[in-house]
Amino acid sequence: MPLSLSDRDRATLAGEFGPAQRLALSIIVRMAGVVGAAALMDITGAHIDSTIYIGEAGLEFAERLASLGARVSVPTTLNVSGLDEHGWREWSVPADWASKAHRQMLAYQSMGTIPTWTCAPYQTEHKPRFGQQIAWGESNAIVFANSVIGARTERYPDLLDVCCAITGRVPAVGLHLTENRAGQVLFRLKSVPTALQSDDSFYPVLGHLLGKVAQDGIPVVEGLEEAPAEDQLKALGAATASSGTVALFHIVGVTPEAPTLASAFQDHAPKQIVEVTLDSLRAARRELTTAEGAELDLVVLGSPHFSLAEFRQLAPLLVGRQCHPSVRFLVTTSRAVAHLAEQAGLLAKLRAFGGQVTVDTCILASPMLPPEVKTLMTNSAKYAYYAPGLLNCQITFGSLADCVNSAAAGRIVREAGLWEV
Amino acid sequence: MVELRGQVVVAGEADGAALVSAEPLSFWGGYDHRTGEIIDRRHPLSGQIAAGRVLVVPFTRGSSTTTAVLLEAIRAGTAPAAILTTGPDSFFALASVVADELYGQSVPLVSLAPDDFARLRAGQYLHVALDGSIRVTGWASPPPG
Repeated sequence: MPLSLSDRDRATLAGEFGPAQRLALSIIVRMAGVVGAAALMDITGAHIDSTIYIGEAGLEFAERLASLGARVSVPTTLNVSGLDEHGWREWSVPADWASKAHRQMLAYQSMGTIPTWTCAPYQTEHKPRFGQQIAWGESNAIVFANSVIGARTERYPDLLDVCCAITGRVPAVGLHLTENRAGQVLFRLKSVPTALQSDDSFYPVLGHLLGKVAQDGIPVVEGLEEAPAEDQLKALGAATASSGTVALFHIVGVTPEAPTLASAFQDHAPKQIVEVTLDSLRAARRELTTAEGAELDLVVLGSPHFSLAEFRQLAPLLVGRQCHPSVRFLVTTSRAVAHLAEQAGLLAKLRAFGGQVTVDTCILASPMLPPEVKTLMTNSAKYAYYAPGLLNCQITFGSLADCVNSAAAGRIVREAGLWEV
Repeated sequence: MVELRGQVVVAGEADGAALVSAEPLSFWGGYDHRTGEIIDRRHPLSGQIAAGRVLVVPFTRGSSTTTAVLLEAIRAGTAPAAILTTGPDSFFALASVVADELYGQSVPLVSLAPDDFARLRAGQYLHVALDGSIRVTGWASPPPG
């Protein structure tokens, strides 16, 4: 199918709007051919994941664009970088690496972007609105924007997201189009106890299960007892986009494109129906733990980045307690949320406990952990999924209270509750 | 000699020994761009050096950062000589397109029908042509069994 271009697209490719626009649109047009798009379409917002420093080539790409005078043409937020810009020296980031990651931050900042440096841009004032066409990178942000907000984005990989932000154009395919947003796999909760559904580990575990089964499909969940809070949906989405490549889910009666089961599937029949049972949830939770012993070096919270509401949940658990001297307790968040938490007196409570905050980045994007950190604990399914491979460590998944209790005890302690037989 | 016809995703010519798996592969956490080694310890090709070889995997799994890692590998000269998949893989394609724009260097990508994909074997020496045809020109190592 030949790609139809607008007059403005042709002018851009001819260089009338400068070399950065031309380079960015050339890449988009070649990719439109790969995905079989018939046309390009406009977007009105972007979120750039290319900010994460991987190596020289990614840095050269960013600096090439910046040196060509690239400016974004739509409001554009920035994902985590490879560096806590002002706090990296407290950790083990090599200085040479830090200097390159910082150059990459400056290059993306120079393009007129909003330096949010967060993987949870949907919890800032720059969050998109229902039905808005956007080009987002970062898997957890993509699934949240599509599912919880009802904005529309494909899964934009690193390098392409910035091209879309510069040109304001994307191939008109995939989740930008209504007909591709119908649910595909129905997950029906069957006799899952209400008490388990209100446990704070429930949503990350359910998300892990959904992603594993649905893979790159669109899951639909039916049968929740209570409407989840925003941070629970965030944890669910991040988990589905780690164990699978889910970019959109629907929850009947909760998310905006699923007021009813029929609307979630756009009146089509599900391709597959899966029963979610207590047993399948228990098995999914077990998969999130790779550690066998009780040793503990680091408790890490905040993937996706911790919200102000999450700091408010954490603070009362810390009062009057002390992190064990052999354990580090780290919360990763955005600089904006850290500032609000500071103003609200919540960071003082974290510091009094012996905890630390890192902003702008996270343990997966920055080589910040010292080599002696080998055993981790988290309440995040995303950290639990990626840390063992990327950081060559062991990890234990637990609830927020388990994480605090373990940090205080200096070893892994978990409340079994309904999770274990 | 076997000759297969695939769909060109990013055009180019390459020769190399085939490295074949039916398991999808994520390059983020799965490919060391400094050495060209496949480092996903759960993947059947774990420990193999893919640099300079024709990588035959159905598609990329997981993180979109696969594109950034493949771009690094192309720059470092540790990328596969070509990649054959079972459908146009947009993450591999993007890295190859950006490398072409940045360095005038790309990794040829060809999408094969699943039946054709299944005919390729590890150790075959392959020629990838500009028009997307794949020719088995010999064995880099003797056929197993």
